[in-house]
Amino acid sequence: MKKTIMTVDDSASVRLMVKFTLAELGFEIIEAVDGRDALRKIEKKPVHMLITDINMPELDGISLVKKVREIPACKFIPIIMLTTESQEEKKREGKKAGATGWIVKPFRPDQLVAVVRKVMG
Amino acid sequence: MNEEYDKLIETFREETYELLSELETSLFELEKDPHNGDAVSSIFRAFHSIKGAGGMFGFDEVSRFTHDIETVYDLVRGEKILPDKSLVDLSFAACDLIREMVTSPNEVQAQKKKADELLASLRQLFPEITEAKKTGKSALRGAGDLVLPAARLRAYRIRFRPAPDIFATGTNPALLLRELCGLGQCSVIAHSDSIPDLNGMDPELCYTSWDVILTTEQDMDAIRDIFIFVEDTAELIIEMIDDGESAVDSADYKKLGEILVEKRDITPKDLQKVLGGRKRLGEMLIDEGLVQPESIQAALIEQEQVRQIREGRLKKEVISNIRVSSEKLDKLVNLVGELVTVQARLSRHALYTDDPELGSIAEEVERLTAELRDNTMNIRMLPIGTTFSRFRRLVRDLSTDLGKEVEMVTEGGDTELDKTVIERLGDPLVHLIRNCIDHGIEPPQDRESLGKPRKGMVRLSATHSGANVLIEIEDDGAGLDAGAIRARAAQRGLVATDAELADGEIFSLILAPGFSTAEHITNISGRGVGLDVVKKAADSLRGEISIRSEKGKGTIIILSLPLTLAIIEGLLIRIGEEHFVLPLSAVEECVELIGGDSHGRHIANVRGRIVPYIRLREQFAIGGSAPEIEQIVIVRNETARVGFVVDTVIGENQTVIKTLGRVYKGLEGISGATILGDGTVALILDVSKLIRIVEEGEVSGQAIQ
Repeated sequence: MKKTIMTVDDSASVRLMVKFTLAELGFEIIEAVDGRDALRKIEKKPVHMLITDINMPELDGISLVKKVREIPACKFIPIIMLTTESQEEKKREGKKAGATGWIVKPFRPDQLVAVVRKVMG
Repeated sequence: MNEEYDKLIETFREETYELLSELETSLFELEKDPHNGDAVSSIFRAFHSIKGAGGMFGFDEVSRFTHDIETVYDLVRGEKILPDKSLVDLSFAACDLIREMVTSPNEVQAQKKKADELLASLRQLFPEITEAKKTGKSALRGAGDLVLPAARLRAYRIRFRPAPDIFATGTNPALLLRELCGLGQCSVIAHSDSIPDLNGMDPELCYTSWDVILTTEQDMDAIRDIFIFVEDTAELIIEMIDDGESAVDSADYKKLGEILVEKRDITPKDLQKVLGGRKRLGEMLIDEGLVQPESIQAALIEQEQVRQIREGRLKKEVISNIRVSSEKLDKLVNLVGELVTVQARLSRHALYTDDPELGSIAEEVERLTAELRDNTMNIRMLPIGTTFSRFRRLVRDLSTDLGKEVEMVTEGGDTELDKTVIERLGDPLVHLIRNCIDHGIEPPQDRESLGKPRKGMVRLSATHSGANVLIEIEDDGAGLDAGAIRARAAQRGLVATDAELADGEIFSLILAPGFSTAEHITNISGRGVGLDVVKKAADSLRGEISIRSEKGKGTIIILSLPLTLAIIEGLLIRIGEEHFVLPLSAVEECVELIGGDSHGRHIANVRGRIVPYIRLREQFAIGGSAPEIEQIVIVRNETARVGFVVDTVIGENQTVIKTLGRVYKGLEGISGATILGDGTVALILDVSKLIRIVEEGEVSGQAIQ
């Protein structure tokens, strides 16, 4: 069975880029447009990994991380946040909320692959 | 896939168009009011987003071009530049160019020219750009970037103690360690001493920490990058323990104690405390409860790994060899032997003398002597590969003569063995290989009908196993027929018809002298032409032979040989005032014999198995009477298990073998002598000979009955 990775971002191009890149590694990609959408979908069907933006209109990334960690099936899944260069503080906040790591935007597909390999093995 | 990619690019385009139109709106606002901070911020953000997206979707030119404009607006935002009409004009022009770049990505050259012109005028207007230009930090240090490997191997010591709640962040420490191992040669030691017992354990917490010794060409940053997500919460210490270039005049590294102190596993005080003792440092520290066994192991591995890369470096530096006559070498080995003996005396003397100064000198001498001995033995070591390659020709010639197709595979040619052992190994190996091809491997047509590949295989391999080297000769031929061998052996009186024998014991019978003659070749699927010659050679090298075989599948003959002939791992025993040494490799166990022989026969019952024994006191005619409780040392060779009755078993003992003089050449049951720490001579027993004596005695004893 393919492992599922969810990409949460309000930018369609980022979601598509994640999907395009990770589908090649053999993952099934589920998209969500913001935190609320993501949570609804994960509650219905847990995923193996989460890649989420931080600034989103409905339910921001950090709150999403906290909520996802409360779902038993997702307690230990890798969660990667997409941050920008200036968001050092957000990285710490996200880690505290239970995120595994981060990728600084903009990122190239190979950087994304490296991080996914790192946390998924 | 292509369709998806097109969709991806199309989405990127749409988003960029959207950003550009937002950008233009903000530019109009800025034109109206140059102090509109909100407008400046949203312009900066828009350019930043475009730059980022350009980089992500392969529009590098967009990314490069936008970078400088973004820098200008960063300065505007920081109120270092006041926006004027010319900036707004240039910004509008930039928007147009970006739109063009995104829409028709195939005209890069023309766009590039335009971009350069635009940037040039921008720089003319705002010379500050060049200064403000910061070096962009990459998203994840090193990730995906081409890391140019440095040409030298360096060694690092890494201590990684994750925060107990590491699992709660979805991090699997094992993956980090695996990633680390991907960087080079890696030894990982887990410290599990903090794991509580099952009742007190929280399965969601991580109690383990790790020591890693890594030899790699990568730099420290590359190692640190692996831990980038956890470095804030975990305890991570990375230290370079060998920089890969500073000149070393020997491969030696720090002593165990130094490493442990450096890693704060122990305090210098602890070290001083135990250094007065006489045992090995590591053991003492563990005994004293000052340090966990894992820490010692980690430190020892560190020593070994650094030594290895330093040795590699030394080898590169010094490639010259010196030819030395083997006579000189033998002399050196002899002298070292003498030294070992004297050193043993010194240690013994120090032990019984209450003088700490003497004790520490004796200890130092012991260490140096052991090192000198190992090094000297090492000089005599040669790779067995040259002998192996000699057999290629033999295999080729033999298989052609016999009309068989045989391929020879060799493994472990770089395994090193004592020169003498290698020299004396040649003939028995020739014999064994000849046997494999002659009797083991079937003719090609037979093999095909059996469903085997036409070409037979003979594999010759050498591997280290403790203080021994295992030489394996394997073929995929017909194998041995245990039943037939047994029947033949019984017929010859080699075994009792009702004897219980394991397959290995049955196969060993083919090594018995006189077992094999041409007439049984067909009966027992070949094999066994004069294999007793091989047995004799192995015996003289203090080696052992074991045989594994499966009918129809093939045979493996394993020769286990000591690394060197000059030293023996022995079991020291005593009878009366006399000392003897038994080769430890032959010894199976020691049991007590209480109250003398039962029913006057030399047979002991060891856990339900009958073991015949001889009294060495009688064998060697040693006077005096035996103690009440005697010891039986049970030894075995391929065919038999036999006990030797002695007064006392003293213990293990590594000794240098001295050959007996010519006068004693014909002595039965003694293979050499050695000098003990107190200067007394101990004779080394020839186990195979003695077993034969027992067997003969048993047979004649039975005959009398």
